[in-house]
Amino acid sequence: MAVSSSSFLSTASLTNSKSNISFASSVSPSIRSVVFRSSIPPSSHRRVMTVRSKIREIFMPALSSTMTEGKIVSWIKTEGEKLAKGESVVVVESDKADMDVETFYDGYLAAIVVGEGETAPVGAAIGLLAETEAEIEEAKTKAASKSSSPSAAEAVVPSPPPVTSSPAPAIAQPAPVTAVADGPRKTVATPYAKKLAKQHKVDIGSIAGTGPFGRVTATDVETAAGIAPSKSSVAPPPPPPPAAAVNEKATTTNLPPLLPDSSIVPFTAMQSAVSKNMIESLSVPTFRVGYPVNTDALDALYEKVKPKGVTMTALLAKAAGMALAQHPVVNASCKDGKSFSYNSNINVAVAVAINGGLITPVLQDADKLDLYLLSQKWKELVGKARSKQLQPHEYNSGTFTLSNLGMFGVDRFDAILPPGQGAIMAVGASKPTVVADKDGFFSVKNRMVVNVTADHRIVYGADLAAFLQTFAKIIENPDSLTL
Amino acid sequence: MQSAMTLSFSQTSSFTRPNHVLGSTASVFSTPKNLRFCGLRREAFGFSPSNQLSFRSNQIRTQSSGLQVSASASSNGNGNGAPPKSFDYDLIIIGAGVGGHGAALHAVEKGLKTAIIEGDVVGGTCVNRGCVPSKALLAVSGRMRELQNEHHMKSFGLQVSAAGYDRQGVADHANNLATKIRNNLTNSMKALGVDILTGFGSVLGPQKVKYGKDNIITAKNIIIATGSVPFVPKGIEVDGKTVITSDHALKLESVPDWIAIVGSGYIGLEFSDVYTALGSEVTFIEALDQLMPGFDPEISKLAQRVLINPRKIDYHTGVFASKITPAKDGKPVLIELTDAKTKEPKDTLEVDAALIATGRAPFTNGLGLENVNVVTQRGFIPVDERMRVIDGNGTLVPNLYCIGDANGKLMLAHAASAQGISVVEQVSGRDHVLNHLSIPAACFTHPEISMVGLTEPQAKEKGEKEGFKVSVAKTSFKANTKALAENEGEGIAKMIYRPDNGEILGVHIFGLHAADLIHEASNAIALGTRIQDIKLAVHAHPTLSEVLDELFKAAKVEGHASTGQEMQR
Repeated sequence: MAVSSSSFLSTASLTNSKSNISFASSVSPSIRSVVFRSSIPPSSHRRVMTVRSKIREIFMPALSSTMTEGKIVSWIKTEGEKLAKGESVVVVESDKADMDVETFYDGYLAAIVVGEGETAPVGAAIGLLAETEAEIEEAKTKAASKSSSPSAAEAVVPSPPPVTSSPAPAIAQPAPVTAVADGPRKTVATPYAKKLAKQHKVDIGSIAGTGPFGRVTATDVETAAGIAPSKSSVAPPPPPPPAAAVNEKATTTNLPPLLPDSSIVPFTAMQSAVSKNMIESLSVPTFRVGYPVNTDALDALYEKVKPKGVTMTALLAKAAGMALAQHPVVNASCKDGKSFSYNSNINVAVAVAINGGLITPVLQDADKLDLYLLSQKWKELVGKARSKQLQPHEYNSGTFTLSNLGMFGVDRFDAILPPGQGAIMAVGASKPTVVADKDGFFSVKNRMVVNVTADHRIVYGADLAAFLQTFAKIIENPDSLTL
Repeated sequence: MQSAMTLSFSQTSSFTRPNHVLGSTASVFSTPKNLRFCGLRREAFGFSPSNQLSFRSNQIRTQSSGLQVSASASSNGNGNGAPPKSFDYDLIIIGAGVGGHGAALHAVEKGLKTAIIEGDVVGGTCVNRGCVPSKALLAVSGRMRELQNEHHMKSFGLQVSAAGYDRQGVADHANNLATKIRNNLTNSMKALGVDILTGFGSVLGPQKVKYGKDNIITAKNIIIATGSVPFVPKGIEVDGKTVITSDHALKLESVPDWIAIVGSGYIGLEFSDVYTALGSEVTFIEALDQLMPGFDPEISKLAQRVLINPRKIDYHTGVFASKITPAKDGKPVLIELTDAKTKEPKDTLEVDAALIATGRAPFTNGLGLENVNVVTQRGFIPVDERMRVIDGNGTLVPNLYCIGDANGKLMLAHAASAQGISVVEQVSGRDHVLNHLSIPAACFTHPEISMVGLTEPQAKEKGEKEGFKVSVAKTSFKANTKALAENEGEGIAKMIYRPDNGEILGVHIFGLHAADLIHEASNAIALGTRIQDIKLAVHAHPTLSEVLDELFKAAKVEGHASTGQEMQR
């Protein structure tokens, strides 16, 4: 249980071999990771899984929560060289440190897209990995086309709610960044103003400077970014539980030190989006129902299917999907307060904390897809989320949300219902619990508590209780999950 | 040996005519004898009355002339019968900076009658317009930075309400410190009997110096130690208010909102530390492609992450500030940037102030060098490895030495002092060549940067040329207990060494108190201590010095026993 939905964390290998030169501050863990996305031909339907992706892209990883772009320090491997899973391929310099980036796949480094000394935004392809030697040529051709249209990968960077991919490559406004280095320009901005503009993604050219000689000052940028510089920091409204810890950290430590007279801690774009959604959620009348579920059978099943790549997240999503299929009202949504709609698909969104933020990749048709497909889909989504490549429909099409803090040892918690959904399930840790059966015999069973928050305008207590009962039955007799 | 002593005593009375006997005697002394003689003299020095002191000085000086400078021997010591030329002093030093001061003190210890000429103020650049007052400002900036860092304070459990400063108070601290150190320097020389002569000094001819209006004095040996002044490139107009050099900046007459610093070496970096701590925003202008040139590339990269990137600093590299106009008529300071390679105009900056930290130029004009046929090179006085001045024909000028910034070998106060001591050693009869690779350097940012010896690329180049392997060992401050107790775990130490024999080629430290930590390494280099020996030395726990302990222990030396033969002098 404790590993569920944290499967995305497994992609982050917390190796420390270079720690002696790592300057990452202690609050932002140096996560060395590489994310490969299966390359799917544009024509193929999203739902069709490309099980055997042969040429993978190597992305610029996000090495810290504040990193927006990275510089290639050196390629450890050369083009055509064979790679084994876990080997370091490239050294990337972030705003904080140099880190080795490892591969998670065996194969060949087919092409280097971003050369040494060059910079690429987080999530952009920096190289291509071919599975076999024969595909190297194909990958090279691909790389050539890629470099000719470099924006292909990062042009579509979604940023609508519920969660924005915060440090997105910012293709739209690279002007303030590059203008620092070269080219005559009219706007005069102070060094700190430029830093803030980059951080808040404000086009510095569009700001009217109010400083001496009409220059743009840090205050101007803050005003333009919608941060009231004079107001002191107010604690953000409670974000959904999975994000709470991470967000808290981000607000207090991610920003550069401020002067005493400006103790503001402005929101990042992602935090602003979370904040907005949370305020919105207050208009929905919600209630909560908790339910204990025995997990011995599920744990046993998990042990069995784990080697096949099935994750706990997939198991829970599948179980929730199957239960939702029997209780369509819990999968419904009420958008205007006057009517509600039964959703045709059961799309389970799963909240994950990534790089100091919160995002909810969606497992579509969780009731219909089998466990293996779901697991694969999940890995793909997490990879995209990490590299900020999620398409809007991949994170805003959820009809039901799953949030799991079990891996932290949380035994139960309460989630905030995301606007537009009928219910959200908060999953606690599974732990050995003394249970008395109906005959009064004690035994120790693994048990977890799930707590569902639902929109009481459409879901009533009995609906939710019945849904939970079904869910518990599925978990306690999990064989149906593998069908 | 005994005869030498006897001979010396016979000289006691003839103090003013020191050379007529010994000029020839000295030349037959063999070097080891001289050395022992010096040792003996040293022991006696502690309890010798002053008249004996002057006698001894004659003895030493004579030997040196006979041994080293053939020209002086032939002109002054041509036989017992010839009347010797008399000298007012054994040693005259032109310039009472740190270099001159160091030389003067050592000269007295060696028994030389010494005068020091100062045309400005005692203490020179370092004490009055350089290292000393800047350390006062950096002490303030370090504390400001710490107090402003809420996160840092919180992690100690400390609560501090908004930290502020009084500009004049900070400026006074710097000024008071300079005054205090200047007085200390002056007093130390007076107390030892160094004559401090006021006025501009210049060389009139061999062994002859003019100072002030028309005071002419003679000396057996002359040391030029006139130092340097801030270098201001062409096209930059310094008005002392908005376009300034370090001389002005150290007075801290204003703290501009936005200051451009031209040059990102030691001086520029230290001032960026001061100004950002006091609330300014800083723009660096660096002609080379990278900030902090001259530091070990790895250190400069890491330092940049800590000292530049998180602060309110931006930078333009690969550009010259081709024209800087001070603020006037309601206009800000205008800086025209020109591409360093293409020489094309690149950008224009409008800032509140500009600090020119492009290095320092030797102060050698009007020194009368033409009188001894010396031609300066870009202002620097050419010298050999023993600081002996080389004239226009490439031959040594007898009895004339140049130390410190004026010779440009290594423009650091303590290097000047070391060179001065080396010269005094030579003129008092003991050959000495200073190993410049053992001279440490430090940049007092927060945290500090320090280094000694070669950088990694330099060492690798040398290794390739001379055919030895070069290895690098690194340790982190993160692993040091004391650093962590101070919440200052950021930093590394790096050692470049020869794995075959354990010779230390260079050490670079970036971290808390790096400037103090470097000396274990620089002493090891100076004394030729090998890693396999020094790694066995014990360090108190928990101290920052363990960072170096770890560093020595992290090195992998192939050779075992040290021979200790290749002492570096």
